[in-house]
Amino acid sequence: MSDTHAHSVAFVRKEQIPQSPPPARQTGASKWLRENLFSNWVNTLLTILAAWAIYLILSAILPWIFNGVWNASSLSECREILAGKTGACFAVLTERWNQLLFGFKYPPELYWRPILCFFLMLVAVAPVLFFDLPRKMLLFTAVFPFVAFYLIWGGPILTPIVALLGCAAGYVIFDRYGKESFAAGFFGGIVGAFVVWIIGGLVVDLVRPENPMMTPVPSRDLGGFMLNMMLGVTCVSLSIPLGIVLALGRQSDMPLIKGICVVFIEFIRGVPLITLLFVASVMLAYFFPPDSTVDLFLRVVIMITMFSSAYIAEVIRGGLAALPKGQYEAADSLGLDYPQAMRLIILPQALKISIPGIVNVAVGLFKDTTLVSVISMFDLIGMIRGPILASTEWNGVYWELLGFAAFLFFVVCYGISQYSQWLERRLATDHR
Amino acid sequence: MTTITDPPKGQFRVSMLLSDTRYRSLTFQAIALFVLIVAIAYLASNLVRNLEAAGLNISYEFLGNPAGYDINQTLIPYDSQSPHLRAAWVGILNTLLVAFLACMTATVFGVVAGVLRLSNNWLISKLMAVYVEIFRNIPVLIWIIIIFTIMTAVLPSPRAFRGDDPTSTMVLGSMAFTNRGVYIPGPQLGNPLFASVALNWVLVLLFLVGSWFGSHALSKWAHAKQEETGELPTTWYYTLAIWIVPAGILLTIMGLHWQIPELKGFNFSGGIKIGGPLIALWFALSIYTGAFIAENVRAGIQAISKGQTEAASSLGLRPGRVMSLVVLPQALRVIIPPLISQYLNITKNSSLAIAVGYADVTATLGGITLNQTGRAIECVLLLMLFYLTISLSISAVMNVYNNSVKLKER
Repeated sequence: MSDTHAHSVAFVRKEQIPQSPPPARQTGASKWLRENLFSNWVNTLLTILAAWAIYLILSAILPWIFNGVWNASSLSECREILAGKTGACFAVLTERWNQLLFGFKYPPELYWRPILCFFLMLVAVAPVLFFDLPRKMLLFTAVFPFVAFYLIWGGPILTPIVALLGCAAGYVIFDRYGKESFAAGFFGGIVGAFVVWIIGGLVVDLVRPENPMMTPVPSRDLGGFMLNMMLGVTCVSLSIPLGIVLALGRQSDMPLIKGICVVFIEFIRGVPLITLLFVASVMLAYFFPPDSTVDLFLRVVIMITMFSSAYIAEVIRGGLAALPKGQYEAADSLGLDYPQAMRLIILPQALKISIPGIVNVAVGLFKDTTLVSVISMFDLIGMIRGPILASTEWNGVYWELLGFAAFLFFVVCYGISQYSQWLERRLATDHR
Repeated sequence: MTTITDPPKGQFRVSMLLSDTRYRSLTFQAIALFVLIVAIAYLASNLVRNLEAAGLNISYEFLGNPAGYDINQTLIPYDSQSPHLRAAWVGILNTLLVAFLACMTATVFGVVAGVLRLSNNWLISKLMAVYVEIFRNIPVLIWIIIIFTIMTAVLPSPRAFRGDDPTSTMVLGSMAFTNRGVYIPGPQLGNPLFASVALNWVLVLLFLVGSWFGSHALSKWAHAKQEETGELPTTWYYTLAIWIVPAGILLTIMGLHWQIPELKGFNFSGGIKIGGPLIALWFALSIYTGAFIAENVRAGIQAISKGQTEAASSLGLRPGRVMSLVVLPQALRVIIPPLISQYLNITKNSSLAIAVGYADVTATLGGITLNQTGRAIECVLLLMLFYLTISLSISAVMNVYNNSVKLKER
C-alpha cells in the first residue's frame, strides 16, 4: 500500500516544513494595533477621536510649558522675555516659592523648622505605612507630634515636654493596670495624664523663659501648602482613633451610647464641611469660656477632625459589619471580655478590611483642607487667590499658579491612593 | 442532676454595677448621660455668658428685615428690599438648581467614562483612566476656580462682539460666550391665551403624565403580545411618538418660539443668561463628581461575573437583551447606592459656590446675611438645618431603594 502510494504520487515530503513566522498582520505591533485600536469601525473612529483630542491638548500645553520663563520679577517682564510667543510665566513660582509653601507671614529665617519637621514626618510615618521597617521606629512616631509642635510653633521647650510626659504617664498606667481591667487602666491612664499636665502646666508658667531658644510663631502666621499638610496630617491622625470609638459606639447594644453616636455621625455627614468651618470661624468661640482665646487653627482642627471622624466611623462600621459573626462568637467562647475581644480579634480584622476606605477618606480630607481658604485662612489656595494674584507684579498669572497647586495636590493624593492599592494587595491574605 | 443554676437573686451589691454584665451597661449609660448633660450644660452656660457679654440674644426676627443686597442670579422675584428670608429662599433654589444640573451632567460624564474605561480600545480606556485619576486627585475647589478663571479671564467681553468686524462671533449665531456669562436662546410663548405661567406648567405636566401612562400601556401591551405569541413587537418608535407628538402639538398651540440674545448697549439682552459662577460651579462639580461616578459604574459592571453573561447568551438572548435583562439590573444594584451618595456629595459641594460668588444658600444666608446682621449662630444653624433636611431625605430615598432591590434570601 505504502509502496504503491509512493510510486503513484509525484512528490512525497520526507522532512517537516520549517516553522514559518506568523502572518505579518497576526504578530507584533500590527496585531496589537488591530486588536486594541482598530478592531472595528467604531473603535477606529474612537481611536482617531481620542488621538485628535490628545493632540489638541498636548499641542496647546507643551509649547506653553517648554517656552516657560523661570526668571523674571513680574508678569510684564515675563511678557517682554517671551516677546509674543506662547509660554508660561513660571517665574511666579520661583519668586513666590516660599510664600506658596509657608505663607506670607512665617518668619523667613525660621523656614528650616517646617522643612526639618516635614522630613521628620516622613521618618515618623514610614513605620506606620511599611510594616517591614523595624518596629523600634514607632517610638519616634510616638514622640514626633511633640517634636513637630515644638518645631513649628516654637516657644518654651517645657510645653511639649510636659505634654509628652503626660501622655507617657497615661500610657504607663494603662500598661500596668490595663491587663487586669481595661476600664481601670483606661480611666486611670486619663487621670494620670491630666495630673501630670496640670502640675506641669504650673511648672511651665513658673519657669517661662524671657527668650525661649525657639522663637514662638503664632498660628495665624502659618500658611501656604504647609498649612494644608498640617491640617491634613493632624486631622487624619486624630480622627482615626475617634472614628474607631464612634464606630464601636454605633455597634453597641446600649441604646443611649448608640443614639449619641448615630446622631453625631449622621449630623456631621449631613452638612457640608463649609458650614462646619463657618462654625469654627464665627460660632465656636461662643462655646468656649469667655476669657479663653482658642486660636482659629485649633478651632478648624477641631471641626475638621469631627468631620473626618464621622466618615471614618462609617468606613470602620462597614469593616465591622463585614466580619463573619463567627469571629464575635469565637471571641466570646474563648472567654474574652469586650475590650480584649475588640483589641485582639475584631478590630485587627475589621481595620484591615477598612484600610482602602480610610485611605479614601484621608485623601478626600486632604483635598478638603483647601476649603479653609473660604474662611480667610491663607493656605495654598488662599495664598494664590489672595496675596499673590492681588499683587501688582503677578496680577493675571492664573494658570501657572493654579496648575502648580493642582500638581502638588495630584502628586500627594495620587501617591496615597497608589500606596493604598499596594497595601490592599499586600494584605490580601484571607479567604475573601 | 443539673449543673446550671440561676444566678443568685437578691443580694444586690454596689460592686455588681461594674462586675455584673446585667447592670454594667446601665452603669455605663448612666455615666455617659451624666457626661453628656455636664458637657451640654457647660457649653450652654459658656454660650449664655458670651452672648450676654456681647449684648446679643438668639432671635430669628432679622429674617423679616430688608436684606439690602442684590443677587445677580435669581429664580424667583427678588430685590434688595426683600427680607432676608426671601434671600435665603433665593439661595436655596439656586443651590437646588446647580445641584440638579450638576447631578444630570455628572451622571452622563460618569457613565460614559466608566463604560469607555472598560472598552477594548486601549487608547480610549487609558484616556479615561487618566481623566478619572486627574479629576479625582485634585481638589474640587481648584477645579471650580480654574473653570471660573476660564469664564472670566479667557472668554471675550461683550464689546468684542460689537462692530462691523467683531473679534468674536456668536456660536451658531444664537449663543454668546462672554466673560459676563453665557447667553443662550430662551423659550417664549407667543399665544396670548397662555399668559399664566402656573397654568402652563400644569398643562405641560398633565401632558407628560399622559404620555407616561400611554407609553406604559404600550409596553404592557407589547409584553402581553410576547407572552401570547413569543414575538416581542418593535415599539420604540411608537413610544417616541407618544412622548413627542402631544408635547409638540401643545407647544405649537402655545406659540413657542426662541428669543435669541442680542447685543444692546454694553451687554447682551434677551434669551437666558447663565452667569459665569453658575457655569463654573456646574461644570466643575460635574467633571469632578463624574470621575467618581465613572469608578462606581466600572465597579458595578465588573461586579457582574462573566458567567452571568455567558449563561444569558447560552439561553439564546441577543447581546442587547443580555445587557438589559441580565447585566444591567444586577449592575444597577451595585451602582445606584454609591451614585446617590455622589448626588449627596454634589449637593454638599455646591456650598463651594461661595468661592466664586454664586448666590447659593451658603453665600446668601451663611455669607452676606450673616455678615450684615452678625447673627452667626442663627444663620449657621439654619444653614445646617437645610443641608441636613436634604441629606436625610436623600438617604431615606436610598434606604427605600436598597430595601426594594435587596437580594431576597430565603
